[in-house]
Amino acid sequence: MDKTPFLELKSIYKSFPGVKALDNVQLSVYPGEIHGLVGENGAGKSTLIKIIMGVYQKDRGVMAINGEEVVIDDVIAASRHGLAAVYQDLNLALDLSIGENFFMGSFPKKNGLIDWSTVYKKTAETLEDLNILVDARSRITDLSPAVQEMVTIAKAVHKESRFIIFDEPTALLSNEEVEILFDIIRHLKKQGVAIVYISHRMEEIFTICDTVTILKDGEWVETLPVSETTENDLIAKMVGRSISEMYDIEHVEPGKEKLRLENLGRNGVFQNISFSVREHEIFGLFGLVGSGRTEIVRALFGADTPDSGDIYLDGRKVQIRSPQDGIHYGMGFLPENRKEQGLALGLSVKENINLSSYGNITRFSFVNRTKERDRANTYKEKLRIKTPTIDQKVKNLSGGNQQKVVIGKWLCGKSRIFIFDEPTVGVDVGAKREIYRLIQELIEQGDAVVLISSYLPEVMGLSDRIGVIHEGRLEIVIPRSEFSEEQLLKYASGLE
Amino acid sequence: MNILLQKLKKQRIAEGNLILIILVIIIFLAFVAPTFLTFGNIKNLVRQTSITGIVALGMTFVIISGGIDLSVGSLLGVASIVSAMLMKGGVGIFPAILVSLLVCVFLGIINGVVIHDGRVPPFITTLGMMTASRGIVMLLSGARMIAGLPKPFTSFAQKTILGLPTLFFVWVLIIIATYVLTSRSVLGRNMFAYGSNLEAARLSGINIRKTTYFVYGISGLLAGVAGVLMTSRLANGIPTAGTGYELDAIAAAVVGGASLSGGSGTIIGTVLGAFLIAIIQNGGNLLGINSFILEIAVGVLIVVSVMIDQRKKGLGKS
Repeated sequence: MDKTPFLELKSIYKSFPGVKALDNVQLSVYPGEIHGLVGENGAGKSTLIKIIMGVYQKDRGVMAINGEEVVIDDVIAASRHGLAAVYQDLNLALDLSIGENFFMGSFPKKNGLIDWSTVYKKTAETLEDLNILVDARSRITDLSPAVQEMVTIAKAVHKESRFIIFDEPTALLSNEEVEILFDIIRHLKKQGVAIVYISHRMEEIFTICDTVTILKDGEWVETLPVSETTENDLIAKMVGRSISEMYDIEHVEPGKEKLRLENLGRNGVFQNISFSVREHEIFGLFGLVGSGRTEIVRALFGADTPDSGDIYLDGRKVQIRSPQDGIHYGMGFLPENRKEQGLALGLSVKENINLSSYGNITRFSFVNRTKERDRANTYKEKLRIKTPTIDQKVKNLSGGNQQKVVIGKWLCGKSRIFIFDEPTVGVDVGAKREIYRLIQELIEQGDAVVLISSYLPEVMGLSDRIGVIHEGRLEIVIPRSEFSEEQLLKYASGLE
Repeated sequence: MNILLQKLKKQRIAEGNLILIILVIIIFLAFVAPTFLTFGNIKNLVRQTSITGIVALGMTFVIISGGIDLSVGSLLGVASIVSAMLMKGGVGIFPAILVSLLVCVFLGIINGVVIHDGRVPPFITTLGMMTASRGIVMLLSGARMIAGLPKPFTSFAQKTILGLPTLFFVWVLIIIATYVLTSRSVLGRNMFAYGSNLEAARLSGINIRKTTYFVYGISGLLAGVAGVLMTSRLANGIPTAGTGYELDAIAAAVVGGASLSGGSGTIIGTVLGAFLIAIIQNGGNLLGINSFILEIAVGVLIVVSVMIDQRKKGLGKS
């Protein structure tokens, strides 16, 4: 490893009005090093990478590249210095082709006009190099979310970057695709690129990183080689207390059947799905991204219309044709993508919590505003939603608190069947624990829970039974006593 | 608590700024144009603002829901011609008004049907409705004015209560009704969620179809009300009535703080926006400023007010 770090940050301070975001933070990343950056939401990770990328300006401190102090005052300056970042959110123009996205802002020209053949040739080379098997001319909208994510990464790679930040890159990827991503990252490492890798998934840090830096409450805690630490040790340092068992929830003896699906099918998406969920029970649905698991629960809730099959609630056959029907029968749905489907980000916490159940607090169809506030405050307290007031816009909350608002909406609507689709994606360790505690409270009071998660420890830790989905079919339902990672993965990838 | 106070302050300032600007202009005009604060001029100003102001209130609903309604000017014309033809044909005043309003609500809901069920973007849908319904008006009226309307109808807009035109009171009633609808009714609340995030609103069980029909229906209804009032005021059914009003209505809502990306906007803001634009035009006329220059000023005002709005939002983020 080189003696001089590619990027070195010393004594970085940054405050926002009323908040100290970074307090004496340091970070050194060497060429060819994969440096993990961990910490709870609000620990200062995003602020730090935004300072590196020139989005924010530091208040004090030194930033050096190859030993020389630099000033990065905007994103263009960052990219001139070979710094690149892959953010959680896609940064792609959806209606344009991959090639156009790659060269946006720096199209190669020939006689003053765009040289399209070079654009697509170079794009194809980059894609091939990274083992992404799609046509450089495909439109982004026509690609699956996972492939879109890979393209985002390829775009950062393509810009001849010397330093790349990966911010939660695996949130949308299946296990297989995570492997491909890791290959890409290792490939970059070999070429001497300095890499910062941010993830809430501890096992990823241990798989791919050489070194890890822990931040807590805006302060630097420690930097150490990954080989000298353990998962529990890291978590303890991140949250400042030890968490012996993350998924330790108390299971309750299931009661009578609450929900039953019989041969539910949607043409070309999933077929013959039959399973039942009982009161006090958590039913896990496991499958790779694109296996149809999300589509199954969407049809159950009424967000999509199934083509065949029946749904029974409390033993009675019901017709569910819209989310309103699903809600009418006591279902609550926490969608996979909370920003696009779960929340009205521009509205307040109060409005989001009341959103699905304004009908319950009206007289002559006028909203009772005292009740509206009371309900919002009740669930803010109950779920420990961290927000200064219920009038705060939801977009200003952290991921974990946003997720709690979605849960609050369904508690407020008196749901009895909860469908959770990836409830802890992009949520920090502390908030994760709280979400698990909430799920436990739900089953204790007799509700039924359907849980989708592509994170094995989570789905295995929480579920009473797990149904494995592969290519739109329910392969098997496994009881808790027989859970094993290999089994689940085998069924999920169709090897069994 | 602190942030709540800050937020309240901020919100007050958002509309407070508008009030402040309006007051400054009024005081300025009172000094330089002595006729400005005369009763005659105020009556005139209020009478003019009422009609566009009513159209703008309907537009506010649509803009909050994230849409746009370009057909309001033409629907105003529909109401004018339909009510005038019915009255001329011997139908009673109230039935004639009622039918013309129902026609406008119906056309508004058709906008909603095409947008929701036909999945055509609001801009295109209402552009089509704007063109087609103006065509209907021309066809029905033979592109001629319809005169000879019953006296009680035409005198309504000339009457005053406490010295102020009746039109103004109609506007005030509608302001109150729309204020209550946006802030207190379930449909009103749903409309904000719909405009802020359609998919989240749908998955929260909000009836998307009903909400779409509601906002475009209201917009059509208020365009119709404005059309009837205008017919009364001008004592004629006028086929070209309302031409260009859609843009005035959008301008009032936008100056009043409504965002064209949906999810935000207030009734009070729109009322103030309509007033501000009207005062600039009226005051400018009194001062003998070239009306083309006034148009430039209003154009700049629209853009600048959105710019200020965006800057505030940007600051709010970090």
